[in-house]
Amino acid sequence: METGVSADGLDAHVVVHRSAGFSLDLSIQIAPGTTAALLGPNGAGKSTAVAAISGLLPIDRGRIVLGGATLDDPSAKVFTAADRRLIGVVFQDHLLFPHLTVIENVAFGLRSRGVARDQALERAREWIDRLELTGLERHRPRSLSGGQAQRVALARALVTEPDLLLLDEPLSSLDVTTRTTMRHVLAEHLSTFAGPRLLITHDPAEAFLLADMIHILEAGAVTQSGTADDIRLHPYSPYAADLAGSNLLTGTAGHLSVDVGGHRLSTAVEHVVGPALVSIHPSAVSVHSSRPGGSPRNSWRTTVERLEHLGATVRLRTGDPLPVTAEITESAASELGLEVGADVWIAIKATELGIRSDRGEPNHND
Amino acid sequence: MTSPNRRRPASRPPALLIVLGCLGIGLFAVPFLGLLGRVPWSELPDLLTRDIVTDALRLSVVSSLSATGIAVVLGVPLAWLLARVEFPGRALVRGLVLLPLVLPPVVGGALLLFALGRRGLVGGPLGDATGLVLPFSTWGVVLATTFVAMPFLVITVEGALRNLDRRYEGAAATLGARPWTVMWRVTLPMVGPSLMAGVVLTWARAFGEFGATITFAGNLAGRTQTLPLAVFVALTNDRDAAVAISLLMVVVSLVVLVSLRDRWWRPV
Repeated sequence: METGVSADGLDAHVVVHRSAGFSLDLSIQIAPGTTAALLGPNGAGKSTAVAAISGLLPIDRGRIVLGGATLDDPSAKVFTAADRRLIGVVFQDHLLFPHLTVIENVAFGLRSRGVARDQALERAREWIDRLELTGLERHRPRSLSGGQAQRVALARALVTEPDLLLLDEPLSSLDVTTRTTMRHVLAEHLSTFAGPRLLITHDPAEAFLLADMIHILEAGAVTQSGTADDIRLHPYSPYAADLAGSNLLTGTAGHLSVDVGGHRLSTAVEHVVGPALVSIHPSAVSVHSSRPGGSPRNSWRTTVERLEHLGATVRLRTGDPLPVTAEITESAASELGLEVGADVWIAIKATELGIRSDRGEPNHND
Repeated sequence: MTSPNRRRPASRPPALLIVLGCLGIGLFAVPFLGLLGRVPWSELPDLLTRDIVTDALRLSVVSSLSATGIAVVLGVPLAWLLARVEFPGRALVRGLVLLPLVLPPVVGGALLLFALGRRGLVGGPLGDATGLVLPFSTWGVVLATTFVAMPFLVITVEGALRNLDRRYEGAAATLGARPWTVMWRVTLPMVGPSLMAGVVLTWARAFGEFGATITFAGNLAGRTQTLPLAVFVALTNDRDAAVAISLLMVVVSLVVLVSLRDRWWRPV
């Protein structure tokens, strides 16, 4: 409404009153080609938001505008039902139709919108190939692995070329290995989808890695909106602070080391090789005024970019070559004379680097 | 027979359970065996080809299949209303629909007679307007059978609709499916196994229907005399024919139940 979202974006103000005194009041704008995440704990109102935006639940107040068209506006008595909105939804638990084959599932949206059978199947097959599901056309959802089902759900949502891609906890029903693979697949297809994308999740890693903008939803209201960095550095609520409690970096692991954006860090991990997720707790990042002694490899010189006083502790964000968030005591900070722009040395013990494989594993049950 | 130290004692059902379960089997098996013991095998071909038997068989097949068809056409929408639409008096309507399950069929037939008989509430005007007289006609058999059997279909399909995860219907809607398409392409196929179970139950009940039929439609050979009615008549004057018809009904029902049970009666 007031913000300058272009005509192809999503501009939604969703107010829904549910029973038991729970209300959702959410404003969200998403420009085309960008991904917003709605991140919140269970019971925050995420499912209600999905239902409202997809048209399964009319809003009580507010307005939903997508691609320049008003889909829901109670004050103007406008309501477009779900079947007349062009929103591709990837549902939690996939919700593939169990009685239809993979290709019938993918073609379902086209058939429902009146595309001739042959043409629908042909376009469905293109998406099946694009999502590397070739050969599974005649399978039933029951016989698919979690990752395959996820790809089918994604193909089913994308084949209709929707105006908005809505992903509702897309990875939550997958096991850890598959989740990593599928996050890569999602990232790839999110980036090729030209419209606005909305990711609903309770997993901060998902939000931080996939979204340009994160909206934190708690008890039916957005408590904070910002980039991953904004939220990491200036969390407004205990929930957000909890999410911010980790530096999450992507890199390439080797034997006892990991390369993060050209910066080589020592680790205590031998068994992870290849793409990796690196997590470092901010309190494990130490800050010094001069080159620290001890293990010399995980230390580098940088400047303080942002600084925030949190009572007994100070949280700071450093600049290049490897931006990280550190949390140190107030006394240590004053001893160092920390201020924005100050020259500091950062040191992280090799044992404090959490390394997880981030490899896009091939599916095993093809 | 059994070794002293069983490796998997947990997998052995308690003896009492086995004994009681076998008694339960006996309850159903003994009458079946009793029937087999009485069958005049050598005369069977002759008995089963008599007019009274073939007429009754034809009528039973036609009326039970017609009743099942009507039950599907009316029962599925009714189950839908009961499961999905909240309306005042829904509990009362559900009770009314399920009433034939507990009512003695004779009473059901009597109710039909009061309502649809020649001088009944609906039957009178209907007869005056169209000349259609339901009692003592084959249509009367179909009506009485439907009345008694359709609740099985309604109760089965309503339960399935209630248990269906409605998020699938929401998913179909977001894919552009209009409500009618959602019903045909998602809801009905997903309750398909329950629907088929309901169809089999309904047909089985219709095939064996006796009380409401004889009360409402009478016992006219070739017109309203179905197999159960034929057995009833034969029991008093032709034991061998009664046994032959009973065997026919047992075999037909058993074939249908056994062949369809595993396919359609999967627990959801």
